[in-house]
Amino acid sequence: MIDANLITVMYVDLYVELLLFLIMFPLIPALILTVLRNENLRGIVVTAGAGICALGSILLLALPVGQNQLFFTVPAPGIALVMLVLEILIAGYLVMVSVKAKQFLITGFVLLQLLLIGGAEWLGLEGHAKVPDLLTDEFSAIMAVIIGVIGGIICIYALGYMREYHEHHKDLPDKRPKFFAILFLFLSAMFGVVFSNNLIWMYFFWEVTTLCSYLLIRYPENGEAVTNAFRALLYNLIGGACFPIAILYILMNGGSEHLGIGSLIAAGPAIALVPACLIAIAGCAKSAQLPFSSWLVGAMVAPTPVSALLHSSTMVKAGVYAIARFAPVFDGQILGMVIALIGGVTFLVTSCIAISQSNAKKVLAYSTIANLGLIVACAGVGTPEALWAAIFLIIFHAISKSLLFLSVGTVEHRVGSRDIEDMTGLAASMPKVSLMMLIGIAGMFLAPFGMLISKWASIHAFSQALPPFGMILIVILAYGSAVTVFFWAKWMGKLLEVRKWEESIEFQISRAEWAALIPLTALTIIACFGIAPISTYLIEPFLVMTYGPISELIPASNLMIMLLMLALIVVLPVLMVKILIPRRNLRRYMGGVTVHDGLMEGSIGMKREISLSNLYLEDLFPEAGLSKYGSLITIVLFCVLLIGLISGGVL
Amino acid sequence: MNTILTAIAFLILAPVIGVLVTGVDRIITARMQGRVGPPVLQPFLDIAKLFEKERVGVWQAPAVLIFLHLAFMVVTGLIFFGGGDLLLAIFALTLSEVFLVLAAYSTRSPYAHVGAGRELIQLIAVEPVIILTAVGFYEVTGSFAASDIMNFSGLPVILLPGIFISVVCILTFKLRKSPFDLSTSHHAHQELVKGVMTEFSGSTLGMVEIAHLYEIVILLGLVYLFFVGNPILGVLAIIIVYFLEMLADNSTSRVKWLPALRGAWIITLILGGGNIIALSLL
Repeated sequence: MIDANLITVMYVDLYVELLLFLIMFPLIPALILTVLRNENLRGIVVTAGAGICALGSILLLALPVGQNQLFFTVPAPGIALVMLVLEILIAGYLVMVSVKAKQFLITGFVLLQLLLIGGAEWLGLEGHAKVPDLLTDEFSAIMAVIIGVIGGIICIYALGYMREYHEHHKDLPDKRPKFFAILFLFLSAMFGVVFSNNLIWMYFFWEVTTLCSYLLIRYPENGEAVTNAFRALLYNLIGGACFPIAILYILMNGGSEHLGIGSLIAAGPAIALVPACLIAIAGCAKSAQLPFSSWLVGAMVAPTPVSALLHSSTMVKAGVYAIARFAPVFDGQILGMVIALIGGVTFLVTSCIAISQSNAKKVLAYSTIANLGLIVACAGVGTPEALWAAIFLIIFHAISKSLLFLSVGTVEHRVGSRDIEDMTGLAASMPKVSLMMLIGIAGMFLAPFGMLISKWASIHAFSQALPPFGMILIVILAYGSAVTVFFWAKWMGKLLEVRKWEESIEFQISRAEWAALIPLTALTIIACFGIAPISTYLIEPFLVMTYGPISELIPASNLMIMLLMLALIVVLPVLMVKILIPRRNLRRYMGGVTVHDGLMEGSIGMKREISLSNLYLEDLFPEAGLSKYGSLITIVLFCVLLIGLISGGVL
Repeated sequence: MNTILTAIAFLILAPVIGVLVTGVDRIITARMQGRVGPPVLQPFLDIAKLFEKERVGVWQAPAVLIFLHLAFMVVTGLIFFGGGDLLLAIFALTLSEVFLVLAAYSTRSPYAHVGAGRELIQLIAVEPVIILTAVGFYEVTGSFAASDIMNFSGLPVILLPGIFISVVCILTFKLRKSPFDLSTSHHAHQELVKGVMTEFSGSTLGMVEIAHLYEIVILLGLVYLFFVGNPILGVLAIIIVYFLEMLADNSTSRVKWLPALRGAWIITLILGGGNIIALSLL
């Protein structure tokens, strides 16, 4: 029998090459796409580039890591200098655009960050070279697959979508070469974030993702897009400023060897808690937690593939990744609970806001923020079970959300609206896409589908967390989860509410769009059925490596029941449809005055079309009011966090 | 092995118990209103009659969705009485409810549409308490498994009075009693015709009724759990609680959905939420 660790050692060279390949390779299509004008060639480059990224990430997941975290030092001495130069160049660019647009607050934050990271580099010149630059374990491999596979699928989808986008928006300049180049740059930076062990490296890639999101949100180049792009930039810079402070803190406390994530976490809360909390603040800004959330909602002005990318496989996932990475540090800490409460409040408030929205993309945006909130809550609690739930939430959210965004984008181009009310009866006019949407929505909130298992695990985890915070989180979760049922179910209802049978309009959907929607639907289903292997082979080894031996996370009997329920939903309708099908179809009942289906006769003989609309409860769940109070509460919580950090005598 | 037997007993006996409960309910309700009322087995006869009717509908989807509603109501009961994870049972119950709502939406009837919206309001009014109840039982017994809770020797209600009152409150929603029968009414020809059920007929409506019989037994089982250490007290509690629900049903008229939601949330947040938070500090 061969020791698993031995195998790992045999693969070490392959690993370091693969990690570097994943970070560096997307830059090649990015460079080619910048200069490529031909649409067909672009299609080939994007498809090939996305395919290679996806395959690379899958290969990484397939390689045996066992219960190890592997660290690598990149044998290139000048690389720190190159990064510093690039950071200065990015900062210079941001200063230029922000001064030009008179956004001096942004200029200030760019300069502040440059100052801080410059100081850190100067302090750490001799120190940080000792820290391994890269790491990989099951968690970063999972993240890599989310980035590579889902990100790649979105890039391919964008080919078809962006062609139509420019047919619909003839007034916009066609900047697609730049657009696709940034997409690949984004993927590269994301791989960098999840593979970095050296915090200075991570910070560099972190800032590149901020830059990419700014450029992508700005894409339509109208007033609203530019304003929202600057807001996204500002919020992420505010949060991002905490990152170099964390690095400085580590260096000033003399522990330059703790500049590596692995050794920092291993050092325990006494050393790691302050930097972990600071990075968590940066993570909260990046994953759009209250009060930072408005940047992600504003980002909706960008074309749909950008939203899908930001929401499912990049940007916001970098934020929760960073927080979840430090989850073991937060375990049992009051400050961890404060972070968890920030996530919990965000979850509850944004779920409530989602009820009052009829714009499909806004519903998706708010539910993303809500889900990220739940992930932050789990990561802040920091117990093995909570981290298990957090990682599952990340996986299911990435898959279901990208599927939903892309199907909404597809529908939007056919129906000409992104309003849920205009999706009435989509089951008739676009049966395949609406089935995919239903699967995506089910994955987001219904038992026994993906997300619900994470909620189940969250409740289990919170019930064992530090009292009374655990119970407060459960109350938040109980109400928030009820609210999510409301807005998802009424959306599903709209799709099924077939008024009259119409011609299918699905034949106009491009190949690129199908090529994205079908695999994502398949992934959603596979992930739902694959909970057990995902847990056993990927997440549990990571948890054992992080926490040592852990108790059983999800009893096999419960898993069996969930799988049986899943099978019932798939099998029962197929078995029963023949028996249940009505023998005679009738018109619906309208109180006796129906003229024909869908037309009603009024009191003075006027014929009226029936129109039905869902409840949006704007009075009960007003967007402005809820955001205001939610922001207020979270600002107080952030203050508590900061006071806690400072009064610990450490900052 | 014992739990499997209980689960099978639930599968077979629940409709019988459900019929008896609703039959007695109808007689007592009639007496309260100065009528004689139907025979005890009338609910059974009503349902049996439904299955003899011609199968008509607006299209295929509602009947299939209603079948899933019934199937998952049964699954809920099997998990619950089979000693499974309480949270899992709750999520299955929610799933079942969502299928009912989707069925109502898919009938494309304006009455059903309004009913579906209200049914969802009722769902979010009661959902938090049910989750809090499971967590409350966890705090008391140290387990989410119904089998462990059923073997508990004390009276959970002593530590969970707030949760218990909350559950009694939301039972009025779940049993479709006034003042909270927003989405379906006992009495025909009211503002919503029959809410979510407007377009269901024949066997489809029959399945809705059977699902409700199962649901009644599950809910009464939940009430029993609060008194699990003392079976006599448990049965007594079920009888008293159910009688209170009937009393409320017959002495109140329907409220609007907004005060219903607000009221349910505020009461359950203070009593239920307060209860489990206080308990965690003990």
